[in-house]
Amino acid sequence: MPAATLTVNGKAVTADVDPRTLLVQFLRENLRLTGTHVGCDTSQCGACVVHVNGRAVKSCSILVAQAVGANVLTIEGLAPSATQLHPMQEAFRENHGLQCGYCTPGMIMTAVDMVNRIGHDLDDKTIRHELEGNLCRCTGYHNIVKSIAAGAKAMAAGGGVRRAAE
Amino acid sequence: MNATGIGAAVRRKEDYRFITGKGCYTDDISRPGEVRAIFVRSPHAHARIRAIETAAARTLPGVLAVLTGADLAADKIGNLICGWMIHSKDGSPMKMAPHPALAATKVCFVGDPIAVIVAETSAQARDAAEKVKVDYDILAAVTDPAAAQAKGAALIHEIAPNNTIYQWHLGDAKAADAALATARHVVALDIRNNRLVPNAIEPRAAIGEYDSGSGKYSLWNTTQNPHVARLVISAFVGVAPEHKLRVVAPDVGGGFGSKIFIYPEEVVCLWAARKVDRPVKWVCDRSEAFLADAHGRDHVTHAQMGFDGDGRITGLRVRTIANLGAYMSTFSSSVPTYLYATLLAGQYDIPAIYCAVDAVYTNSGPVDAYRGAGRPEATFVVERLMEVGARVLGIDPADLRKRNFIRKFPHQTPVIMNYDAGDYHASLKKALDMAQSRDFNKRKRESARNGKLRGIGYCAYIEACGIAPSQAVGSLGAGVGLWESAEVRVNPTGSVEVLTGCHQHGQGHETTFAQVVAERLGIPIDNVAIVHGDTDAVQFGMGTYGSRSAAVGLSAVVKALDKIEAKAKKIAAHLLEAAEADIVFADGRFSVSGTDKSVAWGEVTLQAYVAHKFSGQELEPGLKEGAFYDPTNFTFPAGCHICEVEIDPETGATRIVAWTAIDDFGTVINPMIVEGQVHGGIAQGIGQALLEGVVYDDNAQLVTGSFMDYSLPRADDLPSYNVGMTVTKCPGNPLGIKGCGEAGAIAAPAAVINAITDAIGSEDIAMPATPQAVWAAVRKANMGRKAA
Repeated sequence: MPAATLTVNGKAVTADVDPRTLLVQFLRENLRLTGTHVGCDTSQCGACVVHVNGRAVKSCSILVAQAVGANVLTIEGLAPSATQLHPMQEAFRENHGLQCGYCTPGMIMTAVDMVNRIGHDLDDKTIRHELEGNLCRCTGYHNIVKSIAAGAKAMAAGGGVRRAAE
Repeated sequence: MNATGIGAAVRRKEDYRFITGKGCYTDDISRPGEVRAIFVRSPHAHARIRAIETAAARTLPGVLAVLTGADLAADKIGNLICGWMIHSKDGSPMKMAPHPALAATKVCFVGDPIAVIVAETSAQARDAAEKVKVDYDILAAVTDPAAAQAKGAALIHEIAPNNTIYQWHLGDAKAADAALATARHVVALDIRNNRLVPNAIEPRAAIGEYDSGSGKYSLWNTTQNPHVARLVISAFVGVAPEHKLRVVAPDVGGGFGSKIFIYPEEVVCLWAARKVDRPVKWVCDRSEAFLADAHGRDHVTHAQMGFDGDGRITGLRVRTIANLGAYMSTFSSSVPTYLYATLLAGQYDIPAIYCAVDAVYTNSGPVDAYRGAGRPEATFVVERLMEVGARVLGIDPADLRKRNFIRKFPHQTPVIMNYDAGDYHASLKKALDMAQSRDFNKRKRESARNGKLRGIGYCAYIEACGIAPSQAVGSLGAGVGLWESAEVRVNPTGSVEVLTGCHQHGQGHETTFAQVVAERLGIPIDNVAIVHGDTDAVQFGMGTYGSRSAAVGLSAVVKALDKIEAKAKKIAAHLLEAAEADIVFADGRFSVSGTDKSVAWGEVTLQAYVAHKFSGQELEPGLKEGAFYDPTNFTFPAGCHICEVEIDPETGATRIVAWTAIDDFGTVINPMIVEGQVHGGIAQGIGQALLEGVVYDDNAQLVTGSFMDYSLPRADDLPSYNVGMTVTKCPGNPLGIKGCGEAGAIAAPAAVINAITDAIGSEDIAMPATPQAVWAAVRKANMGRKAA
């Protein structure tokens, strides 16, 4: 396919790839942004969630060709600087919202999107409902729910960081 | 307790890399020149292979090799093995059928690998896989363990008549029979412990590499025990000699048992890497994982428990058929035997127990250890019988348990185990208080007013962890010892690297192990690095499973630290010009007892390496010590979980409205991490009870082959958990640790089903208790009541 350009974590990149390449494959294999994970082949697990033009998207469910011209934000681009974490990242660490870490990038990207769409005051029921597209096998979700509630509050306190096209 | 020492909820050192996307899992590694492997798998459950046609696949662009079982055989690559010998009650050895990494003459389950395509890209390999033509002679198949031994059932392996792998037993049959014959009440249950797919969210993956210059092989692999993988691949499969094989288990995204085993795919990647002289990477699809990862559970059981007039248990008799699938996986034989029947005493003083287990082959994927491994199955048998017994006898279920609790320790059960310490009354009482069980009836009435059925279920579980004393397991058939190793390397600047044979895949060892070391040496936790998962770094170790890492692995670390302290004291004695016996080490300083003379840790470590203050003849320079720790007994974590459910009788939907978990894990290093382990275990147990279950159809095709068909618990399926602890220290290891990784998965299924059966007033419900199953059970129970 003709080379396509898109913006990933604030940088313009060119994709000159097989037309059947998924966005997640492009991120992982071409850009070596391996923080975005693949946990299934039916778009069920959410380990591959990134933001495309400010909205959470399962990057296994779109072709890179569909992301031409888009702003893509991955877990690697979420923190405002090398020395400062995004409040949602900090909340996951503070509340033990992860164990093996594999679902974590997708969880955090989903959580930030949740706050952007719904707001900073998230109750347990809302968070659990909103997590319907993300699977975790380690935590039993208890501490993920706690992390997201805390991260949402922390984002309201001025820690919210908007990048790319958000 | 200091801020990062034993008992402190230290935030995890490993988290930074995971929350920033800098974790390094096997699929994140890219070796120079790497190519991709895709497996051709059998679409049939049982068939003879007449011919495999690979010519068309070989000519496709990018294809480097198409390899089959014939190529494996030509290279004299050995079969995969099961490493635990079980003998039948007649003394005959288990019937281990040949398990080649690529099936050559016959396939035995849907997903059995028969060929591998190695190509430049995975897309090219997939295209080529579609061009491999296999001529199959399709045979009849069987997947139900209860039907596998029937006359006329398809015979899967010649070596195992009636598909029977072994007929094993434990306990005293005569005593158990006599106890049941004279019991006032006998409670009986038929149980199917449903088959599960572990489903770590990171799929399995492997990269094999061969360096023709040095003759050295490397394998990056999603494994919980890299050294065991290296041993089996070298000594039994014979792909590479042990000293020329490096196995690396980098960050691993969950295991739950399924990544203990030595699988065909990693063997093939390593072997193929030499054939094509390029690194060969394979990454499992989730669909493949459903077919080919080792599954868990799958027991069919009939159990009877006898009670006297006072509700005291007189005896227990259990008969189980365990499905091990199409081939015997690495530790499969031990799961329904020594990890199962040995726990059938539960927390109770049961005078007579007998358990007979038949293990069978079926045309389904291999079955092996999954979180809890045998102990959830045993707990389910005992705790369902206790609950049903309480209902039959008209005794409060908590009271029935109290009447039968073991009170004195050590306690020898009739099924091998010698419980060293515990306080089952304490955990039950705390759980009852925390669950506000006294007000349950009020809540039940409230639910009834809303048209809902409310139930409460208890599970007082025990497990044997800290796996395991080597001599003991050796006498029971284990092919390996289950000690653990540690090496403490102190640097001249005083920072420390600790090498452990355990492996973390979510458990947080990099934090908890560092907590213990930092506290002991009086140094900042950031000055301690934990090294694991690389056979080139760590000499040997047995890996992580069976809630063993803290109880066994940390004990090895403590033993090595003892040696470090002893040597450091010798150095300090030289520096302080004092007698070694007078040196006291505390808070990171060595002092001369009764004086104000002291020297700091960092000075001693520097002097250990510059070696200016002592002669090399009297004291070796350096500060590095290793230890192997072999436990003297299993450890016995135990506790009580209470589940409260609310059921909508119109839809059968079950909602867990409260969960209380009180566990006794002995000493807790990091309560935050331990609670997280409990949460995750409960979630998997609830998954088994309400949602998960493997289904094969009549042709042995896997129906539940993706997350769309197999219901993995999601956030809104699960409650929040109230978790608490009681502590009786384990007397068998230096820190008093029992282990915490499996408790939730062991306790939860019985607690859920006991709550559901309490709510619906019928014992007639199988796992998973889906809304459809619960609705049908409610309806059946209501019709029964009307008829009566």
